[in-house]
Amino acid sequence: MANATAQFAALADPTRRQVFERLRAGEQSVGQIARGLPVSRPAVSQHLRVLKEAALVADRAVGTRRVYHIDPEGLGAVRAWLDQFWEAALAAYAREVEKGAEEQQ
Amino acid sequence: MSQRITPAPVRKSVVVRAPAARAFEVFTAGIARWWPKSHHIGASEAQSQVIEPRSGGRWFERGIDGVECEIGKVLTWQPPTLLVLAWQLTADFKYDAALVTEVEVRFIDAGGSTTRVELEHRHLERLGDRGELLRQSIDSPNGWGALLELYAHAASQQL
Repeated sequence: MANATAQFAALADPTRRQVFERLRAGEQSVGQIARGLPVSRPAVSQHLRVLKEAALVADRAVGTRRVYHIDPEGLGAVRAWLDQFWEAALAAYAREVEKGAEEQQ
Repeated sequence: MSQRITPAPVRKSVVVRAPAARAFEVFTAGIARWWPKSHHIGASEAQSQVIEPRSGGRWFERGIDGVECEIGKVLTWQPPTLLVLAWQLTADFKYDAALVTEVEVRFIDAGGSTTRVELEHRHLERLGDRGELLRQSIDSPNGWGALLELYAHAASQQL
């Protein structure tokens, strides 16, 4: 399981996000993805490799090509998001606990 | 077609300068005071959020339009040490009665009037059982598009 940090890092790159977003439309090959982007096929392949390692996309063989799709359950992304949600929520919670403590003194 | 991904639970902890009883009280009775305002469930802004103080109690939000929206329920109510909530929201913050993920919160005395609060959000693979909903949520305003904005924002702050 890739951790949330890897997923954040993977999506922090704007080009990589574009690659990821293009897969929202459905399964595509490297060539299909590269066609709509101002980057080379090897660069797209490299971005896909990072997204795959972060468990954000998966691939499968179709004949001699590989096609990529977003993890159909989206769980990697959802987990990363929940991780951040609770991080922010608990920080706000801790501030609230301590704010009240100061008022009571 | 593709392998199933089983996500690890999300685990977070924080130490607060308050005894467990107060830490528990702020987490539950005071939840509306710290819950991120950007994450309301109803159509309107949230006016309040309620965790009913008993096992089996409701956990819901009341919007400024007066509409109550379920978030989940209380599975275990053991103040001041243990709270287990059922989080029944899908990835796009919609209530789904058939979905139950668990949020366990432990309040551990850390000495000197401080409390270590440990949170575990588990059974996240059940979000995948609602896979069709996830796919539908991709293009909703609170769905993935918005999540990706959050990712990018948070990531840029971290880097």
